[in-house]
Amino acid sequence: MKQVYLDYNSSTPLDPRVLEEMLPYLQNNYGNASSIHGVGQRARAGLEQSRERLAVSLNCRPDELYFTSGATEANNLAIKGVADALAHKGKHIITTRVEHQAVLEPCEYLKRQGYDVSYLEVDSGGRVSIDELRSALREDTILVSIIYVNNETGTIQDIKELAAVAHEHKVLFHTDAVQAIGRMPVDIRDLDVDLLSVSAHKFYGPKGVGALFARVGTRFTPVIHGGSHERGKRAGTENIAAAVGMARALELAVAEMDERRSHVERLIDRLNTGILERVPSARFHGDREHWLKYTMFFTFPGSDGEAILVNLDMKGIAVSSGSACTSGATEPSHVLLAMGVPSEEADTAVRFSLGKDTTDADIDYVLETLPPIIENLRQMSPEYAKAE
Amino acid sequence: MNKSKQDTLVAVAMSGGVDSSVVAVKLKLEGYNVIGLTMKLWDFSEIGAEEDKTISRRCCSLEMFDDARSVCYKYGIPHYVLNMHEDFHETVIDDFVKEYLVGRTPNPCVICNYKVKWELLENKTKQMGCDYLATGHYARIEQDAETGRYSILKGVDATRDQSYFLWGLKQDSLARTMFPLGDLRKTEVRKLAQEYGLINADREESREICFVPNNDYTKLVEKKEPNLPGKGVIRDTAGNAVGEHEGFYKYTVGQRRRIEIKTNQKKYVTKIIPEKNEIVIGDDEDLFDQIFRVKEVNWVALDPRSPETRKPITATSHTHINHDTAITSSDNHSRASGNPLPQAPQITALAKIRYLHKPVPATLSLLTDGNVEVKLHEAQRAITPGQSCVFYDGDIVLGGGKIA
Repeated sequence: MKQVYLDYNSSTPLDPRVLEEMLPYLQNNYGNASSIHGVGQRARAGLEQSRERLAVSLNCRPDELYFTSGATEANNLAIKGVADALAHKGKHIITTRVEHQAVLEPCEYLKRQGYDVSYLEVDSGGRVSIDELRSALREDTILVSIIYVNNETGTIQDIKELAAVAHEHKVLFHTDAVQAIGRMPVDIRDLDVDLLSVSAHKFYGPKGVGALFARVGTRFTPVIHGGSHERGKRAGTENIAAAVGMARALELAVAEMDERRSHVERLIDRLNTGILERVPSARFHGDREHWLKYTMFFTFPGSDGEAILVNLDMKGIAVSSGSACTSGATEPSHVLLAMGVPSEEADTAVRFSLGKDTTDADIDYVLETLPPIIENLRQMSPEYAKAE
Repeated sequence: MNKSKQDTLVAVAMSGGVDSSVVAVKLKLEGYNVIGLTMKLWDFSEIGAEEDKTISRRCCSLEMFDDARSVCYKYGIPHYVLNMHEDFHETVIDDFVKEYLVGRTPNPCVICNYKVKWELLENKTKQMGCDYLATGHYARIEQDAETGRYSILKGVDATRDQSYFLWGLKQDSLARTMFPLGDLRKTEVRKLAQEYGLINADREESREICFVPNNDYTKLVEKKEPNLPGKGVIRDTAGNAVGEHEGFYKYTVGQRRRIEIKTNQKKYVTKIIPEKNEIVIGDDEDLFDQIFRVKEVNWVALDPRSPETRKPITATSHTHINHDTAITSSDNHSRASGNPLPQAPQITALAKIRYLHKPVPATLSLLTDGNVEVKLHEAQRAITPGQSCVFYDGDIVLGGGKIA
């Protein structure tokens, strides 16, 4: 059976060129970067070179980058770390209704610890407004955290302008940039954010590694305590091969960015047009003006999202619907709900996320397979038959 | 369906427990095309047990999802988790609470079976293109070659038989259902689980209601209905106030616990009167009754209203259908409205009035409203409104309903 993977926002395959560069650090330079001997020093060299290469790709200083186990840890470190370090100044944090769980849950945790969290609303395209941020800022606000590119819709926020508003009020600004890094130009100096989270496996790097950028002088408390790794901000023996892989993967992503992007955009356009032509009352969700065309979120009213996913999976097509909760059950997407989509419709959502390896044949196969599945499911739904 | 096994797609409803895990692997090894489905039926927050660590390792806990998943992945079975907690809440939990509020004692597993597992889940499996839904129930299904009608039979392991909970299943559902454990004993199932190398082979399963933590349903009722009347009057059968109860919904007919009055005799709840916030107590003998009505009836092995199925089911049948007797209403006991159906037969069958009750002979009369009047040949103790009454002919489930 043909296999079509359209879930690149969840994870991407490791690029063979990345693996090649990682292997020496798994096999030969296996030392502990904290050791004083030669083996350790060679490992340390690999780690610090990776930091420098990443810094070049992101346009920041190497000593502003902290390796973590991924973006979830980076988000936790940014949010909980800043909240703890600045608790004497205030206990108010601002974020949005459309964040990833890795931002929402640390905020919920802080709420239980006595912090106050404001959630900015979004418009029907999923964008927050600069004015709303301005009016949410208070004397005791210590941090604003806003996602750069939404993982479900591909909606891009005006991070540079939003960060500037926070800075007018002398408030730190963090962005979860997981879906942006490697897919669109991200220049940290130009964005002028204070904290930014990165995950390697979203751009053909290995899983289990990410980074937090924190501008020099930004105060944050470590979340993981132990040895003095990562300049005392993140204890634990460094995963050097993974760091090397992340650095290489981002270099490749930056070098091939335009090529990858125009390829994926063309396929997204084909998929978009094809679905709108072949599936009656399919609805696009997002903001076509501020859209990173790697992700496309549709609802198919009158069908059932879980059934669509299972049917597609049985035909070899991997997509995702809304956000999976811890049990693996799909919840109606909180992003769609925040965008004002009714929950019955949110239950029919399918997210297509494409990557550099997606082909025209993949899109053909989806456009052949999907419409009859939706048609069939709608016929089995008594409510839809009535509405028709 | 005349498909080959490998072309037959079977969805197995998997709780993460040993029984449904064995079903999935057994069918897969027999050559069926199998997918595993686990329903997320409730959240710990919904049942007021966020912090209760004692109730992990049961249905709808993360460990159980992981167990179902790992069994499936080990045998190359695709597995999906279906989010059905809203449906479950509306259909099962809300009904469960409502029943206590009107003084009845519900059987939530019965409602869950025919309204969630079959009506909703079975419909989803249809949408996924599945030919059958298989579950780990200890019960059997047989089709009558002549009439085409499907029957539910008791599982061969009498100690595990779950046919009592399945009376609500409709004919079209039964046509698409498999109970692969119906012919097995629990010990054999455990042996299979070990053979298959299942991690949950030795786990003891809870027989509690899955969404009621620590068997204490009163907390759930109070969480859902915060403004319940508290203490109220206990009366004896003569109507005298004899004491104070802790809240009518904490009692069920036949119960002795929570009755604190000054007497040396054993007293039992005989009646619950929610509108007055009163309960009535009496002696053991006051609990015995012979005639009651059953509502929301579903007929399984026979449909007494259609002539072609009006026949004794087995040669050794206890079931006797008398076509000639004009029915006379036998009592003034009726708790529900409805008159005897003029042309309908009376049926002699075995009636089981609660899960752990040994079925006893009874005469069933069909009423015009579809309900059934049950006349037990011998009075039984604590016939409890809200519980299921299931009609059997030997091992065969004829039908069932809810005691009015």
